[in-house]
Amino acid sequence: MRMSCEFLCRVLLVLILTMHSYSASAQEAEKLHQRANAAMCANCHGSEGRTVDKSAVPALAGLPRDYLVQQMQSFKDGSRKATVMHQISKGLNDAQIASLADYFSTLPR
Amino acid sequence: MGLALGSTPALLGHSVFAQNAASKARVIVIGGGYGGATAAKYIRMLSGYNIPVTLIEPNASFVSCPMSNLVIGGSKTLADLTTAYANLVNKYGVTLVQDHVTRIDTNKKTLVLANGPTLSYDKLVLSPGVEMMFDTIEGLRAAHDSGRILQAWKAGKETTDLRQQLQNMPDGGVFALTVPEAPYRCPPGPYERASQVAHYFKQAKPKSKVLILDANPDVTSKGPLFKKFWSDNYKDIIEFRPNHKVIAVDGQAGLIKFDVQETVRADVLNVLPAMRAGSIAVQTGLATANNRWCGVNYLTFESTVAKDVHILGDAMLAAPAMPKSGHMANSHAKVTAAAVVAQLSGWDINPAPFLTNTCYSYVSDNMVVHVASVHQFNSDEKTYKTVPGSGGVSAEANTLEATYAWNWAQNIWSDSLL
Repeated sequence: MRMSCEFLCRVLLVLILTMHSYSASAQEAEKLHQRANAAMCANCHGSEGRTVDKSAVPALAGLPRDYLVQQMQSFKDGSRKATVMHQISKGLNDAQIASLADYFSTLPR
Repeated sequence: MGLALGSTPALLGHSVFAQNAASKARVIVIGGGYGGATAAKYIRMLSGYNIPVTLIEPNASFVSCPMSNLVIGGSKTLADLTTAYANLVNKYGVTLVQDHVTRIDTNKKTLVLANGPTLSYDKLVLSPGVEMMFDTIEGLRAAHDSGRILQAWKAGKETTDLRQQLQNMPDGGVFALTVPEAPYRCPPGPYERASQVAHYFKQAKPKSKVLILDANPDVTSKGPLFKKFWSDNYKDIIEFRPNHKVIAVDGQAGLIKFDVQETVRADVLNVLPAMRAGSIAVQTGLATANNRWCGVNYLTFESTVAKDVHILGDAMLAAPAMPKSGHMANSHAKVTAAAVVAQLSGWDINPAPFLTNTCYSYVSDNMVVHVASVHQFNSDEKTYKTVPGSGGVSAEANTLEATYAWNWAQNIWSDSLL
């Protein structure tokens, strides 16, 4: 009886650890995908949202999340004029914009 | 039960375990252009500097094709477009091998370098750019080899040589630029080049002409914008002739012959033949489309015919409306880098990647037009599609975008290499 309890405990432990490791790797993968998606902005806005010195294209790293979302929506609805961003922003959905804003807002400037 | 408990550390530390596996992986990137350099840097970054990456590139430094028409127009020098590979090595820990690959064995997962050694890989990223198909035009290879007819479609010595030919040409001469049938590297590139030469002629040789002899039925990119600027600024200089498919050249006599249209004589000839994936890709049997472009799975950019070989940039068979541009190659590289890191770590790949593209063209030394697009992965059709209503072109040529264009260049060079 004692053996069987220990056995069950061990099985449970293994299950918990397996689930933990599964969700840990799923989280890692999600972070990777978010970072790689955000890298689509880097061609113009610099790696990790940091531009070269004196860039006319603004850096995105460390800008407030709500500000970033708001700017993208303004480009989308045309209330903020742009040369390119009114065209790029229309290619991204709300969830993508939120994820990009989340990412860049957490980066140090 | 000892067995079950014994396996728990591996389960507990899945990500550590995956990291260990990944850090033993051998990743080799062939080609240090916009695609390959970016892939090398981002595989290092996205793996937390855990996956070792070797970059094989024959040139000592990166010279940008985008902006190289400005060297031909005279407002920039090649040095302005050149970036060293040093940061990839010193800052990102990429192993750089200055050499070229002569053979790839995708079954044994090995490749042979020109200087001798054979290297093994677990993942190969192939970004070989394009090869000019000189032999599709009679007489072109000999005329090119002699230096009489240049392509200057890979930035470098030919870029400055073409500039020199234009400088040597007497006023009243003719510059002829031929455009191959699409797809080819950099769709707006020929029209930007014609604009740059016209800009130079207008300042220095106003009696001279630019003839664009295009195999396509019309200007293939930003057509209305180019044509408007030409008619407003280069009316007596640029002449555009569509449906001109080159079949032969005579370098000595300066003649270009076409399948249907009349033969043209010019003083400076810039004949762009059809292009295909860089020769190493064709030779390895990866160019599945017409023996020209390499088919890939667009979620990972893995070849459709060779496992663990990822192909990106101009060599890849592009998804609909996806131009062969440096910016696109940089974007491909990031999706590829993330896929390589995920696969080597045992993680799921991104089910919904997207790509961006912005191409600026200088129509003079300080006026620019652009085309921009966003390409979302469509899981039903397993390809990228542009989002309806997104993307577009400039309203008209303007100076503000010249500032942005040059800043784009600085930032993408930094993003790819620094």
